[in-house]
Amino acid sequence: MLRMIAAAALLLPFAAAAQQTIKIGMINVLSGQFADAGAQMDNGAKTYMKMHGDSVAGKKIEIIRRDVGGPNPDVAKRHAQELVVRDKVDLLAGFLLTPNALAAADVSAEAKRFMVVMNAATSIIIAKSPYMIRTSVTLPQVMETFGTWAATKGGLKQNYTMVTDYGPGHDAEAAFASAFKTAGGTIVGSVRFPVANPDFSAFVQRAKDLAPESIYVFIPGGAQPAALGKAFAERGIDKKKTKILGSGETTAEAALKSMGDAGLDIITAWHYDYKLDNPLNREFVRVFSEMHGRNPDFFSIGGYDGMHAIYETLKKTEGNTDGEAMIAAAKGLKWQSPRGPMSIDPQTRDVVQDVYIRRVQKVGDEYVNVPFDKISAVKDPAGERRKQQKQ
Amino acid sequence: MRPLEAAFWAATLLPFVVTPSYLALASQVAITALFALSLDLILGYAGIVSLGHAAYFGFGAYTAGLLSKHDFGEPLTGLVLAAIAAGLLGYVTSHLIVRFRHLALIMLTLGLGLLLAEAANSASWLTGGADGLQGVKTAPLLGFKFDLYGRTAYAYSLAVLFLLFLVARRIIHSPFGLALRGIRENARRMPAIGAPSLAHLRKVYTIAAVMAGAAGALLTQTTSTVSLEVLSFGRSADVLVILILGGAGRLYGGIVGAIIYMVARDQFASMNPQYWYFWVGLLLVAVVLFLPNGVLGGLSALYKRPE
Repeated sequence: MLRMIAAAALLLPFAAAAQQTIKIGMINVLSGQFADAGAQMDNGAKTYMKMHGDSVAGKKIEIIRRDVGGPNPDVAKRHAQELVVRDKVDLLAGFLLTPNALAAADVSAEAKRFMVVMNAATSIIIAKSPYMIRTSVTLPQVMETFGTWAATKGGLKQNYTMVTDYGPGHDAEAAFASAFKTAGGTIVGSVRFPVANPDFSAFVQRAKDLAPESIYVFIPGGAQPAALGKAFAERGIDKKKTKILGSGETTAEAALKSMGDAGLDIITAWHYDYKLDNPLNREFVRVFSEMHGRNPDFFSIGGYDGMHAIYETLKKTEGNTDGEAMIAAAKGLKWQSPRGPMSIDPQTRDVVQDVYIRRVQKVGDEYVNVPFDKISAVKDPAGERRKQQKQ
Repeated sequence: MRPLEAAFWAATLLPFVVTPSYLALASQVAITALFALSLDLILGYAGIVSLGHAAYFGFGAYTAGLLSKHDFGEPLTGLVLAAIAAGLLGYVTSHLIVRFRHLALIMLTLGLGLLLAEAANSASWLTGGADGLQGVKTAPLLGFKFDLYGRTAYAYSLAVLFLLFLVARRIIHSPFGLALRGIRENARRMPAIGAPSLAHLRKVYTIAAVMAGAAGALLTQTTSTVSLEVLSFGRSADVLVILILGGAGRLYGGIVGAIIYMVARDQFASMNPQYWYFWVGLLLVAVVLFLPNGVLGGLSALYKRPE
């Protein structure tokens, strides 16, 4: 007992001297070609702080922002180092792009700093620092789930895959195809198109010649979904007969607007849409669009839930920002997000969430991703496989 | 070495004492300075305009990364091997490069750079593709771990920069260096006075590739990361801007340019993470308008005026 009092007395001055602000080093991409996505992620975090105040557990939250300017892991790592040694941040957050998250993970592991990945979606990132959680999504989480769904509940036996020839495209193709085949489907053919591809008609024609039952598409957002949608329409692909499957990026808000009728009946799997109908999301979208003059997207929800995870973790640790304490508190966190119920897997520290299967429909004057099926509490399948390998 | 030069190199040690929390940045400045110095050898002294110099930087970076990934993480050997590999690539490509001048040369170097970047992107089984190379672990340097503060990183980068600077300095002041400047001014006349233009250009191009490869290897080893960005056109363009900013054709041009450009970028970016490119652009326009020969060119003009 005496020893405990002595220990407590020793700790007291430290507790009193502890800082009254908690600094978050936010490493993001705010310039260059990924700037818009980075801004949307940052807007999500800002919206959370507007809705829930800028202090938690009696301490003020201060965000120090750093711009990496693109996939530059050397710059990301330097920023992480500087944030830790010079700005003395308590934790690291942000991370739009995979290479940047991987580089900063080294710093998180070495300095024992809590780290929240708010977007980067490559599965392996999470394994690189034991102090890391993720609040966005992993590519296999959505794409393998979609592949399984398509071959089982979706009732499809054949598929033709069309993806953009870059890292995420290859990963998505592999995840979807392997899950589709495991669930009993056949991939009848596949094609990859260049990253900057203005005209899809030749590719679509090749797919049409094979007359597959369904086509899986993965292309980055921007101008391309509209071009692809148009090519489907021009080549006379009947979406009632040949189902078009895609990722949420293919039918994001801007893409849907530019595709118009060409986008109708595309089926996608994704974890968030600003049109999701629940009270939390309606409130989030309202505050977000008031603040930023546009609607949130999946980058924003990653930033929003990332801040929520930080707030809830700090509440549990009562403001203690020690890496060990924070990761222990963050493991197994469960909450209700605008995207639906989600949690942090206590073992892999990765995001667990519902995956929605949606179809593009015209609601009033608008084109909307209408969810018609849902797979609950999906874990990252790649992370689960890593766990099994270890055992 | 003149007193001014000695003072400059002594000053490069100041960050250890004055700004110990900026050593990670200082290390990357030193690496960029080495890269710019290597471009200066071919652009400033031999007149080879290159928009694809990152090819050699990236080749060295990936060589060092792959070596360390396959349990060969000793930094000094890695550095030497990476520099040699980049030099070989430089030697092979030099046969093509030296046959062209001016616009054709710009197109050619640009094309070679893009080719290599695309090859690295496609060979994701080797390079890790868009995610970057995974599993790069640099072993301690002579017993010193690469620490979070960047002390080892800066000491290492600075030492390599200094050594290779001495080499470059020796080359420039040698008859070979003089011949290079002659070739820059008139490539056709030089053979007539006994300096084989093409052979000289191939030689200096290979030396520059070695130095660029060393710079790339340093970046890999001090950060334990490599990604496609090391081969990007952006890196080639940046180093050209840095050299012009500092003053091409001057030994210290690349170094001074790297210090100004990188520190300005860092400061602007931390003041305004979203719109800092505006201020960098303004700085570049101002330098080009008022100091067309770069910062060093402007300084030396000022220095000469009173005489």
